[in-house]
Amino acid sequence: MEEMKARLSDMPDERGHFNEFGGKYVAETLMPALIELEAAYTHYKNDKEFNDELDYYLKEYVGRETPLFFARRLTDYLGGAKIYLKREDLNHTGAHKVNNTIGQVLLAKKMGKKRVIAETGAGQHGVATATAAAMFGIECEVFMGTEDIRRQALNVFRMKLLASKVTPVESGTNTLKDAMNEALRNWTATVENTFYVIGTVAGPHPYPAMVRDFQSVIGNETKRQIMAIEGRLPDYLVACIGGGSNAMGLFYPFKDDAGVRMIGVEAAGLGLDTGKHSASICAGKVGVLHGNKTYLLQDKNGQIQTTHSISAGLDYPGVGPEHSYFHEMKRAQYVSATDEEALSGFKVLTEEEGIIPALESSHAIAHVMKMAPKLPKDTIIVVNLSGRGDKDIYTVADIMGVTL
Amino acid sequence: MNLPVAGYGGGSTKKAGGHTNKLACKSKRYVVFMSNISVRFKDVLSRGEKLFIPYIMAGDPDIALTEKVIYRLEESGADIIELGIPFSDPMADGPTIQAASERALKNDVTLSDVLALLARVRTKSSIPIILMGYYNPIFFYGAERFAVDAKRAGADGLIVVDLPPDEVDELKPFTDKEGIDIIFLAAPTSTDERLKLIASKSSGFVYYVSVTGVTGARSTLAAAIQHKSELIKSYMEIPVGIGFGISTPAHVTELCRSFDAVIVGSAIVRFLEDISSEDKLLDDVGNFVKELKSATKVN
Repeated sequence: MEEMKARLSDMPDERGHFNEFGGKYVAETLMPALIELEAAYTHYKNDKEFNDELDYYLKEYVGRETPLFFARRLTDYLGGAKIYLKREDLNHTGAHKVNNTIGQVLLAKKMGKKRVIAETGAGQHGVATATAAAMFGIECEVFMGTEDIRRQALNVFRMKLLASKVTPVESGTNTLKDAMNEALRNWTATVENTFYVIGTVAGPHPYPAMVRDFQSVIGNETKRQIMAIEGRLPDYLVACIGGGSNAMGLFYPFKDDAGVRMIGVEAAGLGLDTGKHSASICAGKVGVLHGNKTYLLQDKNGQIQTTHSISAGLDYPGVGPEHSYFHEMKRAQYVSATDEEALSGFKVLTEEEGIIPALESSHAIAHVMKMAPKLPKDTIIVVNLSGRGDKDIYTVADIMGVTL
Repeated sequence: MNLPVAGYGGGSTKKAGGHTNKLACKSKRYVVFMSNISVRFKDVLSRGEKLFIPYIMAGDPDIALTEKVIYRLEESGADIIELGIPFSDPMADGPTIQAASERALKNDVTLSDVLALLARVRTKSSIPIILMGYYNPIFFYGAERFAVDAKRAGADGLIVVDLPPDEVDELKPFTDKEGIDIIFLAAPTSTDERLKLIASKSSGFVYYVSVTGVTGARSTLAAAIQHKSELIKSYMEIPVGIGFGISTPAHVTELCRSFDAVIVGSAIVRFLEDISSEDKLLDDVGNFVKELKSATKVN
């Protein structure tokens, strides 16, 4: 265990690699921007003034810290382990995404950038970027697949209200990966004055490490809170995984606590054997996309596959490279939950706790529903409730056959 | 011509096997084996011309037609050909080449198909061919296996858009062993430090990207290009080609004043978007390439 701890602490290496994963696989035009960003981030992450300012906005604007809520009725309902919910859904804008966008947009401002761009799937990262951009007074453009624009109309309108430009992306599968391609293309053309706010722990170095650090506030708070409530660390951490930023934010501060088991829940869509899912680690192979080497869903010729998930935020064919690394090192376990299981998690949490979760977070709840009943009553599970479900009401109503 | 490379002064030719001659040049202390690409640069530049390098996507719209287009490109004056490998997520390409990639993938064109096409072309033509694409299909195929198979098929060079010098060590030992040139991109944003790194890792030539942006035909060229050419060339001991956005003979003429080669992609790929007849397509592409090639001969 000591050996594992040492190896897990020093990542990424100076080239931005987590063992074989990660890296900077981008066209030359972007390389200088990544190097500039790395230098700026390395400077500001140790800068007291920057961190004080970031803490101020996280507290006074985002509303942190978020509660660690003991889900008593859910615990009783499942009849096993004690379940705590990390309430990231209570953040301003309704999800964990804002932790990262406040950090990155603040950094963009320090770097003197005049404009930020972002990709978005469910629209949560787009809204969180548009929000931070409005608050810091900086121009913002969000790229979004036309399929996601259709299923997340509410968030599209929110971004527009926040004075952001929303650019529809009609290429490939018209979802998150294509939005990210288009954001990268736009960044390639505007790199001299534009900061690209990536929404998850993926992309070229330094993004996976930087987004992880901004999201680590989740795990750092959780650690303090659970110690205060229970006087000990949890036995399990459970979080859903698309790109994996809410999971990494919760996991990372616990990575050296060997007794804390981590479980990432990927989207199994209609089932892992149907080909219609988004479970990159559970069912993918290592490859290179969007600037990093990681587990990807791809066909037998190395072409990226179309993905499916009921939740737009998990509908991505890759995963952050540090998760691939955690998987390889067996530091975290990666499982999956189907659309149907997620809907059941959605329903149970809503009815038992009066909390309507995002469909993304419902995958984590779904897994907790599988594991908690089999565990002793003194086992502690912390599940990251990464976002609230308001944005998914139309999707759920549609499935239930209700017209709103 | 002003190329400060050890091997460029000439030398003796010997048959080195494979599809073309390899030129072994004796400098004072070493024997430098010149790749087919370097030989082609030397030959064309020594005629007082610059090189014209067209790009097409393999399998757009199908492999059989790509083979015919390759021969027509060569007949019409292409000095080297860049052959695109289709990829589902071409992040550095504009709409024209994205669409070409989609057309090829619609026919399930694979990297193996591209190599098989290249091997067939080699039975009829020895024009230097550079494979250009993204890293994932190559990584998935296996870097070493790819280098061996690409060489066997007759590839002379390789451009992997999203594999910068910083990450190339996982591929370059294999392509070096096979004698395949790796051509890196240099960009308007590249710093002096980056240019030095690019120079240290490139062989064959260096591909200067004319614009801060993705591929795609543009009507006007950036004003700063000529100015930048001297800086780029000051770092490079090998020739420098320029591409991205170039679409007219006037562009070619202008750029040939400062660069050793001009690469045109999207403006040629556009002909393949809407094909009324194969003969007309080949004639249109051929005529366009002839025009562009003659624009390299003005100096």
